[in-house]
Amino acid sequence: MTQFMGYRRPDGGVGVRNHLIVLAPIDCSYEPAKKIAAQVEGAIAVTQYHGCGKDPVLVHNLVGTGLNPNVAAILVIGLGCETLTVDTIAEGIKPSGKPVETLIIQQEGGTLKTQEKAVRILQRWSQEVAQLKPEPFPLSELTLAVECGGSDATSGLAANPAVGVACDRLIDEGGTVIFSEPQEMIGTQHILARRAVNKRVASDIYKMIDQDEERLKAIGVDSRWMSAGNIDGGLTTIEEKSLGAIRKGGTRPIQGVLQNNWDRFDRPDRQGLWLQDGTGWDVPSVTHMVAAGAQIVCFTSGQGSTTGHAIAPVIKITGNPMTYQQMEDNMDINASTILDGSESLNSVGQRIYESIIDTANGKKTKAEALGYRDYIVFCRSRAAEHMLGHC
Amino acid sequence: MVKKAIQIDEKDNVATTTGEVDPGEQVEVISPDGKVILKPKVSEPIPFGHKLAIKHIKKGEDIVKYGEVIGVATQPVKTGAWVNTHNVGSARMPTKGKEEGIL
Repeated sequence: MTQFMGYRRPDGGVGVRNHLIVLAPIDCSYEPAKKIAAQVEGAIAVTQYHGCGKDPVLVHNLVGTGLNPNVAAILVIGLGCETLTVDTIAEGIKPSGKPVETLIIQQEGGTLKTQEKAVRILQRWSQEVAQLKPEPFPLSELTLAVECGGSDATSGLAANPAVGVACDRLIDEGGTVIFSEPQEMIGTQHILARRAVNKRVASDIYKMIDQDEERLKAIGVDSRWMSAGNIDGGLTTIEEKSLGAIRKGGTRPIQGVLQNNWDRFDRPDRQGLWLQDGTGWDVPSVTHMVAAGAQIVCFTSGQGSTTGHAIAPVIKITGNPMTYQQMEDNMDINASTILDGSESLNSVGQRIYESIIDTANGKKTKAEALGYRDYIVFCRSRAAEHMLGHC
Repeated sequence: MVKKAIQIDEKDNVATTTGEVDPGEQVEVISPDGKVILKPKVSEPIPFGHKLAIKHIKKGEDIVKYGEVIGVATQPVKTGAWVNTHNVGSARMPTKGKEEGIL
């Protein structure tokens, strides 16, 4: 059985990185948080840009970020008058047993005094995490998130099916995979529902995708429409178009639909393949899956992408030979070898699988080595969801 | 170089071209594990990224790609023939174009 080297957290999770997170619950404290993080090796600042509210989805995303096994310790820095307090975030993370501290700028007497305290805390943590020893773990401790962005005709033909092969292999070895982007599942409800482990999950799949169709309909978009461009590009039906996207999650049974909404914050409670309700917007979609526990991301892009992530290393795969040639600094894996017949789909899938293991073992992805730390929190309009009858 | 078409799943009865194919050309159809499973001669132009039948498909029979039904043949489709909206309809909903007949 394949194993990977990781870091056991107090709550039992296994990290493949040892990030120190400087978490600003609101953008008011984000600028100082960035300056603080910049001073200490291994520290990364994150925030959300949805204003001064206390929406549960924001709490789920930020707390989930702190709970992600790749995070070793969390310093929460608030301004002081925000609705979403540092304590709300810290209390959510504390049950994990990870080191969590809080600082409030208005109470410390400004940003410089806060910075001195914050840097001392992070400096100590930085020294401590450097002493953590990695241990071998089975793949049942690994969760992969799968995402696509900047798709083209090669995505559904090469990169997505190859990532799907890697997902199947990972799941067969006991691992967990999450994929999302319900907009791209439209027309394949029946196909995904047939793969559900039970009727309740099948019904959840229909509900998730139907609700996304309703959101599009509300803004005048007929989601089942196939454009002339789609058909000229070789796509015959909406099922075919969406299958090209969902194939990136592989072919295994679907364990459930993870929700991160006003009532629920789900994370996989067993191994296997999971869907997550979320967005087609790349970085927030990844953050959503990271909040649910994903330690590594596979990201396919036909046209090329620079995306990394603050918490989880992002492996980028393209099926377009021109894109790989032109953006080799950004794309980790060339899946275009499938197109010229020089490599089989299964063989590229195996290469992606090995890259996932190498990344878990500490190899940096290209985005990671370049210091790209994308982080955006996704939150639907609760008012709009209410008007649509979704909540 | 010989043109290729990729069978994505072993259950598929269509394969996707990786380059534009001209009439009279022979195409190598490659299975997921890299084997050349068929070399049909193509009698019509097939653009890049489009599908060709790798079996004879009867009218009303499922079109299978990604191991799943993506549509239904609205007329008989010969091995090596171009497959798109002119001979396939959605099994679930009309596509723009030729959905008459079986739907």
